[in-house]
Amino acid sequence: MKEVVIELREGRPRGRVPGRLFLAYLLLSVAVGLVLLGWLLVDVVGRGFAWVDATLFFDPPSADPQLAGARPAILGTLYLMGLLVAFTVPIGVGTAIYLEEYARKDRWYNRLLEVNIQNLAAVPSIVYGILGLAFLVRGLGLGEVLLAGAFILGLLVLPTIVIAGREAIRAVPGSIRDGAYALGATQWQVVGRQVLPAAAPGIATGTILALSRAIGETAPLLMIGALTYVPFDPTILGEFTALPVQIYNWTRQPQEDFKLLAAGAIIVLLVLLLAMNAFAIWLRNRYQKRW
Amino acid sequence: MQLARRRRRWGEGVVKGALALCALVSVATTVGIVAALLEPSIEFFREVNPLDYLTGTEWAPLFEPAHFGVVPLVVGTLSVTFWALAVSAPFGLGAAIFLSEYASPRVRKVLKPALEVLAGVPTVVYGYFALVTFTPFLRSLGLEVEIFNAFSAGIVMGVMLIPTVASLSEDAMTAVPQALRDGAYALGSDKLKVSLRIVVPAAVSGIVASYVLAVSRAIGETMIVLLAAGQLAQNTFDPFKAVETMTAFIAATAQGDVPTGSIEYKTIFAVALTLFTLTFLMNLLSIRLVRKYREVYE
Repeated sequence: MKEVVIELREGRPRGRVPGRLFLAYLLLSVAVGLVLLGWLLVDVVGRGFAWVDATLFFDPPSADPQLAGARPAILGTLYLMGLLVAFTVPIGVGTAIYLEEYARKDRWYNRLLEVNIQNLAAVPSIVYGILGLAFLVRGLGLGEVLLAGAFILGLLVLPTIVIAGREAIRAVPGSIRDGAYALGATQWQVVGRQVLPAAAPGIATGTILALSRAIGETAPLLMIGALTYVPFDPTILGEFTALPVQIYNWTRQPQEDFKLLAAGAIIVLLVLLLAMNAFAIWLRNRYQKRW
Repeated sequence: MQLARRRRRWGEGVVKGALALCALVSVATTVGIVAALLEPSIEFFREVNPLDYLTGTEWAPLFEPAHFGVVPLVVGTLSVTFWALAVSAPFGLGAAIFLSEYASPRVRKVLKPALEVLAGVPTVVYGYFALVTFTPFLRSLGLEVEIFNAFSAGIVMGVMLIPTVASLSEDAMTAVPQALRDGAYALGSDKLKVSLRIVVPAAVSGIVASYVLAVSRAIGETMIVLLAAGQLAQNTFDPFKAVETMTAFIAATAQGDVPTGSIEYKTIFAVALTLFTLTFLMNLLSIRLVRKYREVYE
């Protein structure tokens, strides 16, 4: 018996070296992403910080990097955000309510709808640009306008909003619905007055995160002609550009100064995204209920 | 006593109809995408033999005489995807195991959102970083990379995809019942054995799904390759050379003012159809795999 115990004791440390190596690999896995993220941020801020000034915010683009600003691009991005909120959010939340509260799961068309949304969430963004190019810009003859860009980005993030909305609605406990039904409420009264208010913080958080994804998209906007010289403030039915497109345009210029200016514009974009994400997290912490 | 409602409420039906209409928008999107891709593609294949397109090894649609062999674009795409997967597959899995099996709840709560930030940085920013910082860094290490190269774009893209792989894999690992782990510990396993012989095999369909999704993302990613991998359709797997991916070709060609109905215009759609078909198949596979692990334990 004693020998067995000693044997077991001696056996153990041998198992520990691979265990430590494995843990080192796991820590490295986590570190790789964080190190690159840190490097990227330090690099971009180091290059571009001096270029974030009044010229960048308030002046139109120019062939001279010293005079070039991103005013039309920043305004374009803000307009896109406004339009996205106006039509993607109602449709996305409506779809989420339909799937969670109304759709019968045993019907084939509802299952198809679900797979369809999951698949759309993973379609490459440039393919949405193709859709915009073929139907909105050329087919409908809308032209290369801001509204077309908003439509495309809206369809692009619709699945994300639906998925976030469904999760928030699903988190509302069934007992709340049952209680309202027991008091004689109709289905829409239950959904509209009980479920939606309870799910609102979750929906808002998911929506803001989806919007921040849309704001950073470049490829679909390139497809519908956002890469263009726009010296004036954008209008909904006019030519436009957006912040990520402006960053792309400056990055590919041969002059070194334009690359620094691009870093300045990246700082503006990242701060905007950071603010949106911080707001989403604040919303979640402030209003999230635990049942 | 009559409990059944006497008066029909029309409003209820209207609401349901309106909500169903919202749901139809996403169906219309899919139909729209397929329709948008098919029509010009069919016209394209009237002019170019589909077999020549799929097997041709020279891609020069804008030259005289034009060549429409898609192989160099596919090679370029696969080359970048390979390097992206070479980074995201091992490190994404490692991060998932750490978060699911090793990290304390407190560490997890900080680390998980921090990793998610990687997925929230716009791709144009990664493209900028790959071109302006990472490629010169590789050169300073003595690697003979061209200014535009598949390697730099692939590595940076791989880091971007780490959270994609990690979060889906971690979901699958969290779904593995605690009883399986406890059983293995009771038999004298250490954490390494429990992680590698119990949790990873039990979660394997979710892990594979996350890899498939990462490949699909890498194939469809545009801005990083457009900025950092170049626009030179070369039939090479040499990672230090410039390549052109399918997405980079689409984006670069559409930037010019291409006349509707011209062969250039149709080429964009034919390549996009190829891209869409590839990613569509991978997405379906991934959705199917995720269903599989959910069914087993729920």
